[in-house]
Amino acid sequence: MLSIKNLHVKLEEEDKQILKGVDLEIEAGKVHAIMGPNGSGKSTLSYVLSGKEGYEVTDGSALLEGADVLEMEPEERAAAGLFLAFQYPVEIPGVGNMTFLRTAVNAQRKARGEEEMSAAEFLKAVRARAKELKIDADMLKRPVNVGFSGGEKKRNEILQMAMLEPRMCILDETDSGLDVDAMKLVAEGVNALRSEGRGFLVITHYQRLLDHIKPDVVHIMADGKIVKSGGPELALEVENNGYGDILAEVA
Amino acid sequence: MADAAEKISTTDARLGGLSLPAGGWSETARKDALARVQAMGLPERRDEYWKYTRPDTLTQADAVPAALFDNDEAPIFGEMERLNIVFVDGVFDAEASDDLSLEGVTIDRLAEAATDIHWARDLYGALETKGQDPVARPLAALNTAFATDGVLIHVTGNPSKPINLTYHHRSETSDAILHHVIRLDPGAEVTVLESGPAAARFNKCMEVEVADGATFHHVRAQGRDHERRAATHIFARLGTESVFKSFTLTANGVLTRNECVIELTGDDAVAHVAGACVGDGDFHHDDTVFITHDAVGCESRQVFKKVLRNGATGVFQGKILVKKDAQKTDGYQISQSLLLDDDSQFLAKPELEIYADDVACSHGSTSGAIDEDALFYLRSRGVPEGPATDLLTLAFLAEAVEEIENEDLRDEINDRLAAWLERHRS
Ligand SMILES: Nc1ncnc2c1ncn2[C@@H]1O[C@H](COP(=O)(O)OP(=O)(O)OP(=O)(O)O)[C@@H](O)[C@H]1O
Ligand SMILES: [Mg+2]
Repeated sequence: MLSIKNLHVKLEEEDKQILKGVDLEIEAGKVHAIMGPNGSGKSTLSYVLSGKEGYEVTDGSALLEGADVLEMEPEERAAAGLFLAFQYPVEIPGVGNMTFLRTAVNAQRKARGEEEMSAAEFLKAVRARAKELKIDADMLKRPVNVGFSGGEKKRNEILQMAMLEPRMCILDETDSGLDVDAMKLVAEGVNALRSEGRGFLVITHYQRLLDHIKPDVVHIMADGKIVKSGGPELALEVENNGYGDILAEVA
Repeated sequence: MADAAEKISTTDARLGGLSLPAGGWSETARKDALARVQAMGLPERRDEYWKYTRPDTLTQADAVPAALFDNDEAPIFGEMERLNIVFVDGVFDAEASDDLSLEGVTIDRLAEAATDIHWARDLYGALETKGQDPVARPLAALNTAFATDGVLIHVTGNPSKPINLTYHHRSETSDAILHHVIRLDPGAEVTVLESGPAAARFNKCMEVEVADGATFHHVRAQGRDHERRAATHIFARLGTESVFKSFTLTANGVLTRNECVIELTGDDAVAHVAGACVGDGDFHHDDTVFITHDAVGCESRQVFKKVLRNGATGVFQGKILVKKDAQKTDGYQISQSLLLDDDSQFLAKPELEIYADDVACSHGSTSGAIDEDALFYLRSRGVPEGPATDLLTLAFLAEAVEEIENEDLRDEINDRLAAWLERHRS
């Protein structure tokens, strides 16, 4: 599904190398988790994959189902099935959440040569999914993320994911700022989307989310590289002992 | 003294080419106006009030010719029920206009209004005269003196449809001066629409007397002709518990100066003036607003938004003057520009002058670019850069557009803005 090889990324404006050779192979139907100390490059990886400006790829490649995503515009990546749930979802005053969602869904459909969703069809689909995530009608009417609580913003990200039905989902700390119940809702939202044809990359600091979303593989990122990969037990080890041992072991 | 001499010669050159319509009930008002403009002299760049906008093409003897702009867009406001009044290059076109009779309103053509005592006699030029203090507006006085056409609208009730003034531009050298007078009787309500480029050069003045408890809605779309030049004035006087709401959309135009002068003279009156303008390239748009609070408990709002690209210029001069006894005044003013590149500029001069002690007034002015984070967020969800930028731009303009109360009109303005943005993508 997503194949990242030897990815090197530096900041465009500064001479600062952030990703220093990331290798990652995410198969369809699998959930991979990435953990790692603050500043190790996890969000940077997610931004570079989704096409945010300000980064320069100096080496390596990233292929989504064989297509070079690094060559695509952000909207093309989205239409190709890539989705990033932001660590910090952006507020957009003046643009209604519904308008935003519908514009996005139909823009992707159009880009893929599919028929656009009618207003009625769309409304029905949004309402059903919003209900599952306990997002009320008022939140749908308000401007995108404006005045949303931290947890509401994260649930709104999952709503977008559910509506857009991407094939490769990257979740950047979607659990941070969530209370226990909201975390369950989000996990259920993710689990509902788990399927044969879909890959997940879940960035998190806490084992807790992984109790709900059972990962197939756990990776540890440190200083711009994946330094260790293993099964779900690796997340438990981090939870119990921190990164000290792992980092010492690979040093 | 060289300056003064120059001003006199500019003024003489312009006035020399015009002739005062003789006779009729407006004759005295016109003669007075001529004396006013002669005393003031026409504006010049050195004048403080014209610091950001070059007045020369508005004051010179002849209009700069303006190429006609072809477009195949359906006329704005064309879908709704309305009473149409059409002017071609500043001349009333009876053929193209509807029958002027409508319940709740009487409409006369300025050039034809009966010579016996006409209701507009006490109003024609009166609000303009009042509006000359404390800041001179010579182009408005020139208008009162020399206007060749216009309509006199006396609203006695609540007419069933808006009055739609359409200004066509057919001659490349047309130089039009129109003057409208509108009086709303107590409790009356009307919507006046205006659209079209009008002429190569357009000087238009509208005096609006809103009596106690009356409501005036005004929505205007200034045409897309690139080369047109316009100086417009609105003078309004508001009675107790009356409402005045004016919105202007301006798309393109090499030079537009819209002045709006409002006096709140009755308690608890409400005045909202808003504008959304979009300019690309050779575009200069100036909103100059002066609102005077002279009664208790009145509310005024000024909301102006400008989208500028490729070297376009936007100007805002807005003032709220709160007189000594105008307690409980609620005044709000915001002027903002969205600069889509580094070549465009926004010049703003917001002013508050307050003599009462129990008032709430706020004003703010900002210039900014598209929010890159918001743009990336939209694109990451699959919305291409062009439509995403348009969406953010419309969101920026929304606060001004939302000042239009009528939903159909609001939608129509939004559609025009969206279409313009789509045509003017980089
Ligand atoms: N645009 C930028 N300008 C300057 N520094 C940047 C920028 N983007 C990333 N960095 C730096 O790159 C490093 C990696 O940041 P990144 O946000 O990817 O870390 P992270 O692993 O997601 O951390 P966290 O767990 O705290 O979210 C940090 O040192 C960060 O300061
Ligand atoms: Mg991060």
